[in-house]
This record gives sequence, C-alpha cells and structure tokens, in this order.
Amino acid sequence: MNTQLAQRQQAQRLWFSDILARHSTDLPGDGLPWLNETREHAKQAIGSIALPDRKQEQWRYSNLDSLYKHTYQSGHVQPGELDQGALTNWVYSEDESHRLVVANGRYVPELSSSHALPDGVIIGGLRQMLASEPGRVARWLGQDAWRTPDIFSELNTALIDDGVFIQVAANCAVDKPIEVVYLNISDDLNALSQPRSLLILEAGSEASIIERFTGKDASAYFFNGVTEVSLGENARLQHYRLQNESSNAHHLSRIALRLDTASHYRGFNIASGGAWSRTDISARFDGPHASCDLDGLYTVGERQYTDFHLDIVHSMPHCSSRENFKGIVFGQGRAVFDGRVLVEKDAQKTDAHLSNRNLMLSKLAEIDTKPQLEIHADDVKCSHGTTVGRLDPNQLFYLRSRGIDELVARRMICLGFAEQVLTHVEDEKVHDFIHDLIAGIFGRRELLS
Amino acid sequence: MLTIRNLHATVDDKPILNGLDLNVNAGEVHAIMGPNGSGKSTLAHILAGREGYRVTDGEVTFNNQNLLDLSIEQRAHQGIFLAMQYPVELPGVNNMTFLREALNSVRRANGDSELDAVAFMKRVREKAKLVELPETLLKRDVNSGFSGGEKKRNEILQMALLEPVLAVLDETDSGLDIDSLRIVANGVNELRSPERALIVVTHYQRLLDYIKPDYVHVLVNGRIVRSGDKSLAYELEKKGYNWILEEDAA
Repeated sequence: MNTQLAQRQQAQRLWFSDILARHSTDLPGDGLPWLNETREHAKQAIGSIALPDRKQEQWRYSNLDSLYKHTYQSGHVQPGELDQGALTNWVYSEDESHRLVVANGRYVPELSSSHALPDGVIIGGLRQMLASEPGRVARWLGQDAWRTPDIFSELNTALIDDGVFIQVAANCAVDKPIEVVYLNISDDLNALSQPRSLLILEAGSEASIIERFTGKDASAYFFNGVTEVSLGENARLQHYRLQNESSNAHHLSRIALRLDTASHYRGFNIASGGAWSRTDISARFDGPHASCDLDGLYTVGERQYTDFHLDIVHSMPHCSSRENFKGIVFGQGRAVFDGRVLVEKDAQKTDAHLSNRNLMLSKLAEIDTKPQLEIHADDVKCSHGTTVGRLDPNQLFYLRSRGIDELVARRMICLGFAEQVLTHVEDEKVHDFIHDLIAGIFGRRELLS
Repeated sequence: MLTIRNLHATVDDKPILNGLDLNVNAGEVHAIMGPNGSGKSTLAHILAGREGYRVTDGEVTFNNQNLLDLSIEQRAHQGIFLAMQYPVELPGVNNMTFLREALNSVRRANGDSELDAVAFMKRVREKAKLVELPETLLKRDVNSGFSGGEKKRNEILQMALLEPVLAVLDETDSGLDIDSLRIVANGVNELRSPERALIVVTHYQRLLDYIKPDYVHVLVNGRIVRSGDKSLAYELEKKGYNWILEEDAA
C-alpha cells in the first residue's frame, strides 16, 4: 500500500472515530446491556471493516471526499428553536393523518400528533419506546443484520439514539396515513442526523407510511438514517419516501425490508434534493408468495449527485418483485443507479422485473446505470432493461408546432416522463405533492442547457 | 396569404425541393398530390418550421412576412397548423393539459385572455363532438395507445381548437378506414371558411371526394409540374402518375 493511500485511510478512520467520540454521550439505554452490546459491536466493526473505496463495486461511483471534509456535530435542537416554517408543507392535514416529527434525528413529541389509535397500534419515538417498553425494541432492532456489513449502517447502530417506532399488531389496520418528517437543521454547524426507524407490521396488518426527508434552506448536514421494515404474513404496507433535502446536504439512507409469506410491500422513492444523496434498499423474502414493488424517481441537476442501490434477494419460491426507477438528469447533475436482483437456487417461480430509464437533458450531465439480474433458479420469469435518452426531437417539434414555447415544451416532456412513474402512486395526495415538487423543480431551473 | 417562390430545399445535402412555386389565398383549398418521394411531406414540414431541412433558395411569404424567419411556435401563433401524418405520442402528458396549454399559448401570443379550466372544458367538449372523439380520450395521455383513426381525429380536434389561418394536412387520410376518413373529413369541412386556407397533401384522390379542393397541384421531383381543378385528381386516379412523369421528362 502506498503512503498516500495509507494516510488517506488513516484520516478516514479518524473521521469515523471523531464522530463516535463526539456523539457517544447522552445516548438512551441505561440499564439495557443488550443495547450497549449492540452499539459496542458496531463500534468494533467500524474499526475493522474495510473503508468504502472506489475499487469496491458498492462504492465504485460514490465519491465521499466532500463528506469527509467536515466534522459533524451533534445538532440536537429544542422544539422551541425549530423553525415552524419548515413544517408547514405537509402532504396530509393534521386531521387526516398521524404526524411524527424527527428533528436532527430526535423525535419531537411536542410537534407530533397522533389521533386516538386503534388497539394494537403503536406510533412514537424510538427513545420513548426504549424507556417504556425496551423489550419491543430488543425484539425488532437489527433485522437488517443479514446485510453485508456496511460502515455507515454500523455508524448508525453504534450511536443509536432515537428515531421512529411504529408497530401494528396482527390484523390491525391503521386508520389514517402516518406522515413522518425528518427535518434537518444546521444553521452554523455541520449537524449529524442519525435516526433509526423501525416499521413493524405484524401478520395481516395494514398501513400507509410517508417518510419525508427535508432540511432548512441551504443548511449543510449529514443525514445517515436507517429504516428497518418488517412485514409479517399477509401484511401490506404502502411506503412513500420523499427525499427533498437542502441543497448542501449529504443524505445517506438505508432501507432494509423483510417480507414474510404473502406480504405485500409497495414502495415509492423520490429523490430531488441534497448535494450528495444515496439510498440503499435491500429486500429479503422470508416466505413464499410475497411481493415487493419498488418505484422510484430522481431528478438531479446543478452539481448534485444522486445514487440508488437496490439489493433484492429472492430466496423463496413464488415471490415477485418489480423495480421501476426513472431519472431526469440536467445541468451538471450526476446520477447512479445500481440495481441488483438475485434469484437464488430455490426461488423457483420468481417473477422479477427490473427497469431503469433515464432522461439526460444536458451534455454535462452524467448517468451510470447498472442493472444486474443474477439467476440461479431455472423456472423463473425475469427481465431487466435500462435506457439513457435525450429529449425526443419529434415530441419537442410536436408541442412547439402547437404554439407551446420551447421551454414549456421541454418541461411538459420532463413532467410526462416523471408522470409515468407517478402514475403508480396510488395515494392521490402523495401523487399531487410529488407532482408539485417536480413541477417546481422544472419550473425554476434552466432546462435548455 | 401564402406565396412560395422558387423554393429549393435539401435534407442531408440531398435536394428534395427544386424550385417550387405556389400561391394560396384565403378561403381556398389546395390539394397537393404526387408520387412517393416527390417532396410533399418536405413542403408540409418546411411550412411548419421543422428542423432538419435546409432552404437553399427561394422564398416563402406568409401574410406579408418572411415565414422562414419565424420559429416553430411563432408560426403556430400566427395561424399555421400542421396536421401530421404520424402524430407523436406523448406518454405521461395528459391530452387535456396539452390541448389547454396549446390553446392558451396561442391566445397569449395574440393578446387574448387565457381560458380557465371551466371555459376550456366547455370549448374542448364542443370541438371533440365535431370530430366524434370520445371524451375518455381527452383524459388519456396524448396519442398514447390511440388507434390510427383516433390520432388523426385528435389532430383535427387541435386544429378546431387553434382555429388556424392556414392548415396543412399531411397525408391525413393515410391509415384511415372509410368511417374514420368520413369523420375526419367532416371535421375539416366544418372548419372551412372564407378566412381560412387549407393545403391538403395526399397520395390518393380518395380524400378529395370528401374535402373538395379548389385547386389540385401535382408535385414531381420537388416542383409543381401541373395544376388544375378537381378533375385533375380524377385523371390522376384513373391514369396514375406516369403520364405526367413522361410529359414532364419530354
């Protein structure tokens, strides 16, 4: 190993140990040896597992230099300090939903409001739950342990502090959608947000959960969140994740899905914000006849970097998955899509379809797309496809020949491209919310370059 | 209204139009016929401003201005409309949104107030009846999954909404069964008026049974080699294009 590389790696190790040192105080779990053990285990992993490197397939396109440049501080804010302005734009009104606010990684009960809940439905903060019923957390935390060790997930685990805890008991249905806002504020420091959220739907239960990730103005912070989702037999979850972080944010989020027999996961991911953003979704089937539908949409411009990694493991027979991601990249935006679907030997009758389509609006934009379908079973229906295209001149001519200005025409084609994914959003309010968000992006940004 | 003089144009350096002359006045219907590759569609596209064609000589004057100086959308604003041979599909773009944006763009450019959603709905329903376009197609994505006939009807619906001064119908009859042809032609005939001129580009005489032209021109090798009235179309139908090609060569 050359000296330069060794020095760089040493600096990176220091970056991790600095974060661990700064944030290890004031963590919940006094008298919970299992939790301390979990954290300790993760700390050791951080010291021993390989640092992300562009030679590793997982990190081939992700440049972390801009992340390592800063030291991240603990950014806990008091509810009184929160800028309420950042919390005015909700998908659902207070009456129509259960609301949870997580500010810089900490659940804020004062700003959250849940209506009378049906028996068997728990909605609240992780820290609260660790205080009142730690056994529940112990039962469900760490469902993602099957994943290949990853240093940033370990960082989240080593400093488990707070997040969202939602559990729906067997055969219960949550009456209203649950809207969770992860608000990140970082006025004059680089704040670290590391929520850990557990979404647990037991057998036969049903819920719709919206997670939104947003930041104040142009504040710079590092969001490193992990969401663990567990679906019991026949459980059904609609899960919307809307990333609209501040323009200077680093956003890294991990979703670990576990699907039991005949459960149905319906996920929709949108990424439009952040300077640097990466979302890793992994799914594991624990029983047959389950289905996992993932739709995604990303818009990447200016100097943004946006990355999606999917790791869908079909280990059980008769399961289906559909991954359908679309991206619009403009300006000097850079997008990465790395979707892997693995069909193991015993996963006969798997039905898996992976698609990634991109619209590239400028010559300076860059897209790296890598769909991978790895099949070890012989009786399956699988497909994958990827495209990168420019605006269709025929479409542009058609619109302009009807009197529509070129800029508006371009916007219409882009929104139409996005709409082909949005059409899968069953929840009308979420659909309209995203539509407005995307229309806003293409309304204000220069699309002609 | 429209004067084309000595128009020469190339596509990828290949000459397509070789000195075309045409004069169209308000209220007139001109049919342009000709064998494949004679330059009919090129002419239609050049009038609409499509990129990819290079005008190497000649001039096109529309309402006393140089048409070739105008952008695609400016031409639309001033009343030029091209009904396309292959209407483009716009997946994800709602037909109603598209139609409203088009109409309001033209209205804005002409200093007229925009139509709000209610007024627009009323207008579009009225016009959709004219071309017997089911309302369900208004709610679908533009031309996506439309049949050939539905696409052409959607073209004429756009024409009816935008009320152009000069409409160019490029092979509007291609791919239409006899019922669709009748519906489309009825729609077009409803739009005939003393202020509006039509150029009907077609390969076959069939369409001209429904849309009766005042003049018929035969385009061969990028030039109009013969002009006449409707009877010329019948003659062509009976005798084919060869006799004209031969006479032209002689």
